[in-house]
Amino acid sequence: MATSTTEIEADIHAHDDHHHGPEPGLMRWVKTTNHKDIGYLYLWFAFSMLLIGGAMAMVIRLELLMPGLQYVEPQFFNQMTTMHGLIMVFGAIMPAFVGLANIMIPPMIGGPDMALPRMNNWSFWILPFASIMLISTLFVDGGAPAGGWTMYPPLVLQTGAAFPMLIFAVHLLGISSIMGSINIIATIMNMRAPGMTYMKMPLFVWTWFITAYLLIATMPVLAGAVTMLLTDKYFATSFFSAAGGGDPVMFQHIFWFFGHPEVYILILPAFGIVSQIIPTFARKPLFGYSSMVYATASIAFLSFIVWAHHMFTVGLPVSAELFFMFATMLIAVPTGVKVFNWVSTMWKGSMTFETPMLFSIGFVIMFTIGGFSGLMLALTPVDFQYHDTYFVVAHFHYVLVPGAIFSVMAAAYYWLPKWTGHMYDEKLGKFHFWMSTIFVNVLFFPQHFVGLAGMPRRIPDYAVQFADFNAISSIGAFGFGLSQVLFAYIMIKAVRSGKKATDQVWDGAEGLEWTLSSPPPYHSFSTQPIVK
Amino acid sequence: MSNKTQPQRSMRSLLTKLFLFPIMMFGFGYLMVPLYDIFCDVTGLNGKTGAISEAKASQMVVNTEREIKIQFTSNINQNGSWEFRPAQSIMTVHPGKPYTTMFYARNKLNEAVTSQSIPSVTPNKAAAHFDKMECFCFTEQKFAALEEREMPVTFVVGTAVPEEVDTITLAYTLFTKE
Repeated sequence: MATSTTEIEADIHAHDDHHHGPEPGLMRWVKTTNHKDIGYLYLWFAFSMLLIGGAMAMVIRLELLMPGLQYVEPQFFNQMTTMHGLIMVFGAIMPAFVGLANIMIPPMIGGPDMALPRMNNWSFWILPFASIMLISTLFVDGGAPAGGWTMYPPLVLQTGAAFPMLIFAVHLLGISSIMGSINIIATIMNMRAPGMTYMKMPLFVWTWFITAYLLIATMPVLAGAVTMLLTDKYFATSFFSAAGGGDPVMFQHIFWFFGHPEVYILILPAFGIVSQIIPTFARKPLFGYSSMVYATASIAFLSFIVWAHHMFTVGLPVSAELFFMFATMLIAVPTGVKVFNWVSTMWKGSMTFETPMLFSIGFVIMFTIGGFSGLMLALTPVDFQYHDTYFVVAHFHYVLVPGAIFSVMAAAYYWLPKWTGHMYDEKLGKFHFWMSTIFVNVLFFPQHFVGLAGMPRRIPDYAVQFADFNAISSIGAFGFGLSQVLFAYIMIKAVRSGKKATDQVWDGAEGLEWTLSSPPPYHSFSTQPIVK
Repeated sequence: MSNKTQPQRSMRSLLTKLFLFPIMMFGFGYLMVPLYDIFCDVTGLNGKTGAISEAKASQMVVNTEREIKIQFTSNINQNGSWEFRPAQSIMTVHPGKPYTTMFYARNKLNEAVTSQSIPSVTPNKAAAHFDKMECFCFTEQKFAALEEREMPVTFVVGTAVPEEVDTITLAYTLFTKE
């Protein structure tokens, strides 16, 4: 049913984009230039990578269940940690956010589609090939890369036949995200409906706008760094080889010049998502909209001048350590603005706790825990103790799992009824939230303790005094992994047999996307709405 | 709808910029390499040492009041099979005066090998004042099978070296060139 309030024409070409409904064969998905089709492809791709990367995490936690070596060889363990990191960062979280951007940005700004639909198709279809190349390294001579996802030389140069595959996979993944970002920027700058000024854009659009700039600024730097690795190994250059006058520490500088903005690429869209969801279920407009925009921009700017906090222990001069320490702590200010704004949005709101809201509140609380441990790590003197321990692992998993991944799940529950026209099972959704939240904390919280006590990361064995906390952590991991099977079940069940969703879906929801039918027409806004 | 989006021309210019920017950033990644070296040279970070001509070194005023202890150490990188050590491990010097010392190296392999030695000076604040007139580290050193050799280093510690520096360590790492 089309809403009467919109100016959507009864679009005669609009057909159901529902991907389990009637469809004209598989080639639709290969050749599609439709933003929603491509977005759904991204999401399914990201989910399958989440399962593959998750299976690797299960191998890691299984080995760490008990001290000693039980199930896998240390070399294979290292391959698992490396591949888990690469797949989750480049295969799961980033494509999931790009998928959400593809589906949601055009309807949120009142556009018909993305600005560059053919390039959009290409951006997606590079991904499966890149990830197949990356995953197939498990089966080549010498095994998968095992030197850590950060690919530090000289260790990474010892990778066997997998090495060029790793480099080219990173190149392809980078090209895909650069093209995706160019598309997002072009869409936001050119496809907004009349009256949709920049400061009226929904926050999800804003955070993605800034994220896209971070991506086009930093992914090429990573591409350059890995190209230098490639030429060092095969073409006798010495960028990172001390014997030829190079310096392996320089790789760390170049890598983290990319890597620190990258961690904000993984979290800014999440900020956008929860900034959409919390006002809906608090039934109040977002508190401090413009401060949210400025805070996002400040975080993006600061992300370029803090990279060396990842390398406090390489032998930086004291002045540099102080600079990077203070610059890093400065990021807590705009981040704090955001957290307080979310809390203020909920303050005295008529709150209800549907699944997307639960995931969003979980995000705010647990992301903040990750933020605080990040603040601890920013302190140079204590970082010397925390560096490369499980405390670091606990920190970044708190911001990435109950942070980024929870936000993607919140987005899936929040917008699925809009996408498919079917509601998910609220009881199961809440059960999924509580299972995920309990187990994710059982999984990662004890890692703070073993980290502070000195357990190093990326090692398959550990001293026996860490045994109890590791056993708890592994049990949490298995529980969290199983909970995500439930997530897949809930989504599929909703698509197949969920009860019909209204166009408004959530009574507190505001924004152009809710003025479209559920599911929306194939070309979101064929006639642009006028925003007042 | 087409009359409401911006004209094709402005889209094209935006896209040109959006595509050029990543290409520029790819170049910036490579630009970081010389920038890094310049930064290290200027600040003396990373223990990079400088070179100085004989003539310039002889013009320095020797400060006989001050004594600085110089320690020599050697490391061997993983490849190749070497014996590599300083002929004397400690010497006391006056700032401004040139000194020569030797490093002993022996190729333990029964084949010709080329080596390259990389120096590093600690503390960092002394590195900018530690200059060499002659060093086996300036060029690749070719060794015949089982050859042994003493290799000279001639250096001078600048008179402007900070007051608090009383010990300087010069470390060489010997790499096998493939």
